[in-house]
Amino acid sequence: MKRKAGWASQLYIWLVLFVMYLPMIVVVIYSFNSSRYSNWEGFSWTWYERLFSDRDIMQTLKNSLVLAFFSCSLAILLGTMGAVGMARSRFRTQGLLENVSLMPMMLPEIILGMAYMALFSLSNIPFSMLTLIIAHTTFCIPYVYVNVQSRLVGLDPAYVEAARDLGATQSRAFYDITLPLIAPAVLNGALLAFAMSMDDVVISFFVAGTRSQTLPIQVYSMLKSGVTPEINALCTLMLLAVFMAIALFSLFRALIKQRRRRQEEGR
Amino acid sequence: MENQPVLRLDDIYKDFGETKVLKGISLDILPGEFITLLGPSGCGKTTTLRIIAGLETATRGRVLIDGQDVSSLPPEKRPVNTVFQNYALFPHMNVYNNIAYALTLRREKKEVIREKVTRLLELVQLPGFEKRMPSQLSGGQRQRVAIARALVLEPKILLLDEPLGALDLQLRRQMQVELKTLQEKLKTTFIYITHDQEEALNMSTRIAVMNEGHFEQVGTPEEIYEHPVTRFAASFIGQANILEGVVEEKGEKSRVKLDQGGVIYVNEQIDAGVRVAVSVRAERIDYAAASGFGFQVPGVIERHSYIGGVLRTTIKLTGGQEILITGANPISDYPDGAAIQVFWDPNTAAVVERS
Repeated sequence: MKRKAGWASQLYIWLVLFVMYLPMIVVVIYSFNSSRYSNWEGFSWTWYERLFSDRDIMQTLKNSLVLAFFSCSLAILLGTMGAVGMARSRFRTQGLLENVSLMPMMLPEIILGMAYMALFSLSNIPFSMLTLIIAHTTFCIPYVYVNVQSRLVGLDPAYVEAARDLGATQSRAFYDITLPLIAPAVLNGALLAFAMSMDDVVISFFVAGTRSQTLPIQVYSMLKSGVTPEINALCTLMLLAVFMAIALFSLFRALIKQRRRRQEEGR
Repeated sequence: MENQPVLRLDDIYKDFGETKVLKGISLDILPGEFITLLGPSGCGKTTTLRIIAGLETATRGRVLIDGQDVSSLPPEKRPVNTVFQNYALFPHMNVYNNIAYALTLRREKKEVIREKVTRLLELVQLPGFEKRMPSQLSGGQRQRVAIARALVLEPKILLLDEPLGALDLQLRRQMQVELKTLQEKLKTTFIYITHDQEEALNMSTRIAVMNEGHFEQVGTPEEIYEHPVTRFAASFIGQANILEGVVEEKGEKSRVKLDQGGVIYVNEQIDAGVRVAVSVRAERIDYAAASGFGFQVPGVIERHSYIGGVLRTTIKLTGGQEILITGANPISDYPDGAAIQVFWDPNTAAVVERS
């Protein structure tokens, strides 16, 4: 049994949470301030209206979503294929190759960004959505790869063998057995990759074209001319989106857990 | 056609890198046999099974099913199915879909599938379990689903890899009877792997005793138990005493002088001067003040221990070797330390080595 926390530790936990979330709370409050400045002049939706009529922000948001969608999809495809291929084969430089393929996760973003920029300009590829997608896909792959790979390691090869034994070809067994069993790991990795792509500033900064700015870059450049409450409104909406995503995810997990528990009891 | 083997293993070798796992095994299996590969872990029995199933390729040798060479066929093209050691039920499919999987691959009609699955679930005594997930089943139930799934294509040969290994003793005994009954009903050839001698003796029509990648002996349970042909076969199954000596005189029953001191007779004609090892079962040995069958094997009773149902007696021979005797009579006429003579009917002993 867990010991019930005393009032002191309770207080401590709430204090830490308060300090952590204080900046965000301030942002949320000020997004509803009718004044442009830091004095409170009453509640208003003005900044939200401004935000939605701001064509730059709407365009860059669209860019970011398109970018995240494509780089995430490509990362799912390449990362999963890589993990499955690596799990099936055995060769001498495998360990080295695995470590190298995880490098983008560990390298400082600024170095990656510079490398991409140098590569694209040397090979005369104009900076555009294409270069963004290529760069984002590269740093998204490891998130999918790592997740899928660790799931595959724990997967009993007998499942696939049983499918083969019952008449499935190799590809059929992969489709019917391996894929459904690694799907949660693919999803996990994809979510991470999506989040990574959505909030990346540094790498995008180096490889984005003038017409393919992403939302984080847009926010960054708007901040240069001072904080406008419009950004507060944008941040509030993004916070809301993240909270909703997390809530949905936890709900989903709780449902699965509940179902599993019911199954265990059914034994 | 009657005697055409359903499966022929023709001189099969298997190396994993430097390790030689199978060293030339050959075996003919007739239709309807229940044959058990019995051996300690690491003896190559699972590899043999995987080579038959096509999950592993032999380094050398051929696998023939109904006279056809299937050595190069992938597992999905072979008319054999497997019950895996940990059942390997697909965790994301319910019982119905697990059993139906092989049929859906063949694009059978829905009604046909439904009918077959229902019939198989009845056969393995799990009617009404269609909707359960594997995680909702007990070990014994998973076992039955795995058997049903492997039988759905009506394979010529069913391979079973230690299917009862994960069950407790009581359930294991029960499943042994069920499996045997099932096999007699279906008349499918069963190739069964175990390291449990009781299981092997209880269920098989024939046993292949395996050790270090080769067959030590292939025969009926009775042959294996009563007439082991190698030292390994004798000691792996049952409680065997092995005594070594040199033949003194050849005859209908040859006389052997034991290294441990004493003289026994063996039921075979062996030339004088040949070294032999004789195996005799613990329950076949008798002891008394006066010897029988012309034996002269003096010994001293070390101790008696009552182990429920039988009395186990340890006797020390002159040379120091201890032999083990089990008797149904819980009370012995001779106390610890008594000097006695050991003897047995030469028909019940087997010469397992000669050189």
